Amino acid sequence: MTEGKIDLQKRNSAIGEELIRVEHLKKHFGKLEVLKDVNQVIRRGQKVVLLGPSGSGKTTFLRCLNLLEQPTGGKIWFEGNEITAPDCDIDKVRARMCMVFQQFNLFPHLSIRKNITLAPVKLKLKSQAEADADAERLLGRVGLLEKIDAYPRQLSGGQQQRIAIVRALAMNPDVMLFDEPTSALDPEMVGEVLSVMVELAREGMTMVVVTHEIGFAREVADHVVFMDDGYIVEEGTPDEVLRDPKQARTQDFLRKVLK
Amino acid sequence: MDKWFQQMQAEFRLCFIDKDRWRLLLTGLGNTMVISLFAVLIGILIAVVVSLVRSRWDTTHERMRPGPGKAIFAFFDRLCRLYITVIRGTPTVIQLMIMYYVIFTSTKNGVLVAIVSFGINSGAYVAEIIRGGIMSIEKGQMEAGRSLGLNYHQTMWYIIAPQVLKAILPALANEFIVLLKETSISGYVAVMDLTYAGNRIRGATYSAFMPLIAVAIIYLVVVVGLTKLVGRLERRLRQSDGR
Repeated sequence: MTEGKIDLQKRNSAIGEELIRVEHLKKHFGKLEVLKDVNQVIRRGQKVVLLGPSGSGKTTFLRCLNLLEQPTGGKIWFEGNEITAPDCDIDKVRARMCMVFQQFNLFPHLSIRKNITLAPVKLKLKSQAEADADAERLLGRVGLLEKIDAYPRQLSGGQQQRIAIVRALAMNPDVMLFDEPTSALDPEMVGEVLSVMVELAREGMTMVVVTHEIGFAREVADHVVFMDDGYIVEEGTPDEVLRDPKQARTQDFLRKVLK
Repeated sequence: MDKWFQQMQAEFRLCFIDKDRWRLLLTGLGNTMVISLFAVLIGILIAVVVSLVRSRWDTTHERMRPGPGKAIFAFFDRLCRLYITVIRGTPTVIQLMIMYYVIFTSTKNGVLVAIVSFGINSGAYVAEIIRGGIMSIEKGQMEAGRSLGLNYHQTMWYIIAPQVLKAILPALANEFIVLLKETSISGYVAVMDLTYAGNRIRGATYSAFMPLIAVAIIYLVVVVGLTKLVGRLERRLRQSDGR
């Protein structure tokens, strides 16, 4: 049996296995309770889309998953290890669940090449040569290879966000977290970023996406979560939640967004 | 006119050539440079530590779990604040004299005392400059670094620090120029710095114009040279601006 086959088998059996488990997650900022009691299981290969009005807690929920926000209650497991435990090495976990931000957050003092290769090289996951090769391959895929020696400030928002996605991808993460990746973009640039994300989804990447793009949710998600007021109000397949919502708050929200 | 010129020549000879008085200026300049250089280094060292404690406390103490770790951290933050308040709140010359006459009474090495004193003084100002620089970097930069698995120190070093350096360079250059000129009070603790040397020549020759103007010009040349150097560094750091 060749090694490739073993890999494939492993991968196939891995699909559907539990990746992230969230139990009774709570988060408050001072007196403001943002997450009241959130429970969720995310499986390998799943594309989860988080919807909800602003202030519903969906971004905070996402940021709790890699502990950019420290939860005030509840537990989170990643691949069976509790990451909310005090002795958990969160840096190791974060290297495998990379995040794409609303404001891109590229490093302005570094070239695109360095933006992409810095973390994998410094964390000794790859040599500089390997990281360079990966950066070139990934940039080619998003159509930005000729920008490899440019600086972030010289690029449009859409280009910066595609590079931010490449930067996260270069870590070979097990899951990618997207925090409203298209909300800061000019309308004509939303498409180019979404199409990269759609392609990623097709390749089987596990994705958790906070977005207002209902079209994206419909096309890509296999699990849609609607949050409001610190709780998950409704969840299910896109058909169930988007086409035929049961809860009044979901119906109300969709009416407003789809108008 | 001719007479004036001859008089100037005579004064020049009296102040700098006779009895090799130029050597005084040279020694003075040497001491000024040594004090400034080492004081800057000590200042930066203190400033980096103090600004890291202060900025990390400011950004994270609300999210820290209560416990002994937080208490120790709080103590160091207070200590840093106290240091900055005391240093900024008292005249440099008083600090220097306290150092020389009260704290280091056993040493007669004025240059060393001056280095330590000016270093501690400069550290407080530079610390606040660096802290301002750190606070001016968007929070998203730290988050982006941490979300890629880099730890706090790696993110600080590879991502935040280069941006901070670029942002604070003009303020830093300003602080070093101020420090260089502030060392002119070293004479208070019997250190032969450039100003003291000029003043000695004035006292010996009863000629004020030549030595004082000469001292002023030497300071000016050093400062202009320093400014040029910083300008070159700034241009190099501006590479990523795309302009």
